[in-house]
Amino acid sequence: MAQLSMRDALNQALHEEMERDSRVIVMGEDVAGGSGGTSGNIEAAGGIFGVTKGLKTKFGGDRVIDTPISESAIVGLANGAALAGLRPVAELMFADFVGVSLDQIFNQMAKFRYMFGGKATTPVVLRMAMGAGMNAAAQHSQTIYPMLSAVPGLKVCVPSTPADAKGMMKQAIRDDDPVIFFEHKALYSRKGEVPEGEFLTPFGEAALVREGKDATVVTLGRMVPFAMKAAEKLEADGITVDLIDMRTTSPIDEETILESLSQTGRLVVVDESNPICSIASEIASLAVTKGFHDLRAPVQKITAPHTPVPFARELERMYVPSPNDIEAAVRAVLEV
Amino acid sequence: MQQSPEQIRQAYRQMRLIREFEERLHIENPKGEIAGFTHLYSGQEAIAVGVCENLRDGDYIISTHRGHGNCLAKGCDPRGMMHEIYGRADGLGKGRGGSMHIADLDKGMLGANGIVGAGQPIAVGAALACKAKGDGSVSVSFTGDGASNQGTVFEAMNMAVVLKLPKVFVLENNGYSEHTGASYGIGSDLKVRTEGFGIPVYEADGFDYFSVYDAAREAIEAARSGKGPVAVLATATRYFGHFEGDPQNYRAKDEVKNFRETVDAMKTIREKVTGAGIFTAEELDEIDAEVLALIDSCVESARSGPVPGADIMMSDVYLDY
Ligand SMILES: Cc1ncc(C[n+]2csc(CCOP(=O)(O)OP(=O)(O)O)c2C)c(N)n1
Ligand SMILES: [Mg+2]
Repeated sequence: MAQLSMRDALNQALHEEMERDSRVIVMGEDVAGGSGGTSGNIEAAGGIFGVTKGLKTKFGGDRVIDTPISESAIVGLANGAALAGLRPVAELMFADFVGVSLDQIFNQMAKFRYMFGGKATTPVVLRMAMGAGMNAAAQHSQTIYPMLSAVPGLKVCVPSTPADAKGMMKQAIRDDDPVIFFEHKALYSRKGEVPEGEFLTPFGEAALVREGKDATVVTLGRMVPFAMKAAEKLEADGITVDLIDMRTTSPIDEETILESLSQTGRLVVVDESNPICSIASEIASLAVTKGFHDLRAPVQKITAPHTPVPFARELERMYVPSPNDIEAAVRAVLEV
Repeated sequence: MQQSPEQIRQAYRQMRLIREFEERLHIENPKGEIAGFTHLYSGQEAIAVGVCENLRDGDYIISTHRGHGNCLAKGCDPRGMMHEIYGRADGLGKGRGGSMHIADLDKGMLGANGIVGAGQPIAVGAALACKAKGDGSVSVSFTGDGASNQGTVFEAMNMAVVLKLPKVFVLENNGYSEHTGASYGIGSDLKVRTEGFGIPVYEADGFDYFSVYDAAREAIEAARSGKGPVAVLATATRYFGHFEGDPQNYRAKDEVKNFRETVDAMKTIREKVTGAGIFTAEELDEIDAEVLALIDSCVESARSGPVPGADIMMSDVYLDY
């Protein structure tokens, strides 16, 4: 198996799917870059995180489209193109820029099929980079998947490994529903094994990435490697956990979580988002409503605080849940 | 040149302050002590200063992700800014905002902004307050060529016209929007497009302080007198990458060098001022030395400034909760 960064795994998925289906197009600010520049380089950027590099050179300017800074129109462009038969992969750069284009996301793409008698299909993939880790402060660091997971009609991906990023991107592009695809900035350069050849990662199937008996840790995105670190430390003390990577927050794989909870009786949920109406809250509610009789301890919710993402290194580090926080939470559920 | 020597000295010092602040950050940034994204304003000094030298205390400005120059020009404290950029507890934003979110409400500076195109409607709101106060104050937004394509900017322009507000749209065309040339992103013409909203456009050479000052003076006077919104369109360049660390693959090799050698804003103002016999080169050098010492001292104190703690992270989300 090849070792790839998440950036390169996503790039491969885009290359493969554009090759496979000529209806797949890519659009966004600086997805190629260089247009109107003085160097003559027609692909000066390849996406500011390098995820779309090489696409314009390979597939040309008709399928790899640099846009002006116009997020509302970028998502609208994708929506309309999808309604009319193309399969757009639009990039919003930073997830925070959803703020500029929210109407096109939650009033438009999410609702077409339902409102239009089941006739509309909107196979848009909306890619965006999220998360803290770059000290990019309050408007460039948010993890807003809880907000969009709450919208009926959207599917929401939050991959944590290069393999899942590739498999989920390919699935997202072939999926006929609109898919919001969150890429964690702090994971772009992390390498992992990616299987050779064709594979898709289905939605609504969480991954049990580590098996144990004492507690269930449910998490996603960048918190998966953090929870892995915590699990390794706990194992040295003889404590083992089921570690579940949700992978998609819409749909949620309830079965895998409840199955694990029925074995361990103790649940820790870890979410980089703010605590109120978070994915952590959602999973805690799942445990209370459908796994109540299995619970042997109060659920521990580990999230960011109810504040914007702060800038300074020391503050951002404090803001983001840490492996130590996760370890302490597991010990706490075991004490009851 | 209707400005007094004292005004010109002040403008020159402000421009030098911005230039040194930014050139110094460019040197300090690779050392690893500054976190996050830093977007430098070097090359565009004449625009910020040419506009802000026409403003009074009660006027407002709102800026962009590339905000240092606009902030300094409106009178933000360079030390407070430097400490903020270094993420210090005694920075203007208590270390919570950083380079992209410098603000000083006491100075009428309503914030740099990380969301491209977000500032313009907010500045229209401030213009509404200016009009309500009836004191002749104005509200100014700075907008890049890239940002000018954002729907929020179109809406802000139309709103300001409809409500006939004392609003000044400063359009700073530095040729690039991240890695894309301005000519690609702007489908028609910035001047024509702005005029299409019913906003008169005053054009200026963005490398020349006097050109910007004169255009801005006329524009701002019109806005103050209740004639409705105006725009100042100034063209310049940015000397560094979009952000610190940008490899600038979109740019011809000698592009910046050529600008620096020919039309550089500092060179231009020095030549004009000394040529007209207002100040000697030595007098300007003295200002330079004073500014340099100030920046040295700001960087030095910022490097060892107080580190923010949990209390700072948890406070000011609300006044009361
Ligand atoms: C809503 C939004 N979209 C995109 C970005 C990313 N971005 C930051 S600056 C920038 C280019 C801005 O260009 P311009 O307005 O010309 O300002 P300049 O950088 O040249 O000063 C882009 C695309 C952003 N911060 N906010
Ligand atoms: Mg620009």
